[in-house]
Amino acid sequence: MTTTTPASTQPWQRFLKQRSVQRFLQSTSGLIGLGLTLLIVLMAALAPVLRPYDPATDRNYAARLQSPGAEYLFGTDGLGRDILSQVWYGLQTSLLIGLVAVAIGMVLGVALGLLAGYFRGRLETVVGWLTDVMLAFPSILLAIAIVTVTGPSVVSVMFAVGLVQLPKFIRLTRSMVLSLREQEFVQTVRAFGATPPRIILRHIFPASLAPIVVQATLAIGTATLEAAGLGFLGLGAQPPTPELGTMLSDAFKGGYSLSSPWTILFPGLFITLTVLAFNLLGDGLRDALDPKGGR
Amino acid sequence: MGRYIFRRLLNLIPVLFGITLLVFLFLHLIPGDPAIVMLGDRATPDQVEALRERMGLNEPLPLQYLAFLGNLVRFDLGSSIFTGVPIIREILIRWPATFELSVAAMLIALVLGIPAGVLAAVRKNSWLDNLTMSGSLIGVSMPVYWLGLLLVYLFAVNLQWLPPSGRISVDAGLSFEPITGFYLFDTLIQGDFAAFQDVLAHLALPALTLSTIPLAILARITRSAMLEVLSQDYIRTARAKGLLELRVIFKHALKNAMLPVITIVGLEFGTLLGGAILTETIFSWPGIGKWIYEGILSRDYPVVQGGVIFVATAFVLINLLVDLSYALLDPRIQYK
Repeated sequence: MTTTTPASTQPWQRFLKQRSVQRFLQSTSGLIGLGLTLLIVLMAALAPVLRPYDPATDRNYAARLQSPGAEYLFGTDGLGRDILSQVWYGLQTSLLIGLVAVAIGMVLGVALGLLAGYFRGRLETVVGWLTDVMLAFPSILLAIAIVTVTGPSVVSVMFAVGLVQLPKFIRLTRSMVLSLREQEFVQTVRAFGATPPRIILRHIFPASLAPIVVQATLAIGTATLEAAGLGFLGLGAQPPTPELGTMLSDAFKGGYSLSSPWTILFPGLFITLTVLAFNLLGDGLRDALDPKGGR
Repeated sequence: MGRYIFRRLLNLIPVLFGITLLVFLFLHLIPGDPAIVMLGDRATPDQVEALRERMGLNEPLPLQYLAFLGNLVRFDLGSSIFTGVPIIREILIRWPATFELSVAAMLIALVLGIPAGVLAAVRKNSWLDNLTMSGSLIGVSMPVYWLGLLLVYLFAVNLQWLPPSGRISVDAGLSFEPITGFYLFDTLIQGDFAAFQDVLAHLALPALTLSTIPLAILARITRSAMLEVLSQDYIRTARAKGLLELRVIFKHALKNAMLPVITIVGLEFGTLLGGAILTETIFSWPGIGKWIYEGILSRDYPVVQGGVIFVATAFVLINLLVDLSYALLDPRIQYK
């Protein structure tokens, strides 16, 4: 008799053997997305270690608008700031905005969707009306309207972009709840006398998690793009905080975006890579978790 | 069908009510006294008070909202704080520019996106399919204004094939009458082909920029709708009958795959109106989007208010038209 645990019961091996994990590992876009996302998150996280930088003091007027070369790998901007450092730290800001915004939209949206779908009645009517009204605005316009009220700052952008994501999460969660609440396992726990909060939190919410996770991942891409758009309109992070959309705005308003194209090339490229990473990851997660929910 | 249209129009009322309420509340939530913003910091308290009284700002909020609604149904959206021009006149002058740009962008998206999606579906998993799908994914992941700047750099600055901004060359001595405000149409009916060419050249880059996202999405949707249809029995029957493959694809499959495509066209058209804010800013395009943006920068609240209500209402109406067009495309849909 051996005392060693059989290899197949190691936790990580059990994890790898799950059907959804197997499906994810077979999804090319999912794997590329995962790799790219990890790379970007790692870059943003390691910025202070690998490239110590103080945005407030980074300025070298003698080296304005230098083209990319050995000293400045990505060149410099109109104030003589090193674009590589700016992009690196801007990535941090943009990523943070995207994550927090989606967290705001997801938590509020899922909560409203769960309540509206479970209790129905007047609450559902009001939430449905609010969703319809919010969806009547093109999303960037709604975000602009919100930032106009709250004033431009990183926190306003998180809040504005988060609220814009709200209707998608409400609709998705509500539709999940509507189909789940009539299913046998929910009927059973209700018959055993479970209270509504318990039914919603312990039974309905876990069962509707998969599509919400997929939606959230894709929403990080959209949120990052919208946040960069607000930054470009001058409604995002205020100087000296580096942010990718604001970098594009500086170059465009400074009038040197076309004479020194590297000032726009790199910030835009990193916005695209970030959004692409989350879109690919979301596609992969959908293949894995929600195979029927394909577009 | 008539009753269905009536019911849809009835459903529109709460949404339009919500739009106006939201916009009204937004502008009253903005910190700062609108009267002070209008008069400037050096106004005396008496002047501010007089203006507040005249604008009805001292009334209770619900009464202000009712007054606002009352004006709205008479198409009175107030006037710009800085130019004094009535908002409705500004909108009437500018919307053709935005509309022309959006239609051009949608045409580009349709003409390129649908064939790309069909080809990708027919040649599923080929390099062509992979290329189309990768391209469409990159398309939706890009900031469009960034692409716009790169296009200007390439085609206007470096190659000098196309103008970088504006709707028409100011110094070219072109003298057509802007009758409808749709310049392509105006130049054509006046037979001014030099001006027509100039307008078309100015339209090219902004329209291409704005078309990126609908193009990418249309290619994706067309592909998945085609794949769905191509797996149906009646397609196998059509092939078994010995019909030409081209006829099967275009006559039998594509027609039935169009329904989801139309939905997306409607939705994306609304998004184009919003996306125009960024694109119009890049290209100095004198439309609604750039006007709203300038309104935000100069804190001209009536402009922002009027512009946002106009765009949101247009968005809702376009989606209504899309829903109604289903009936024409798919006779199986019953309206009760």
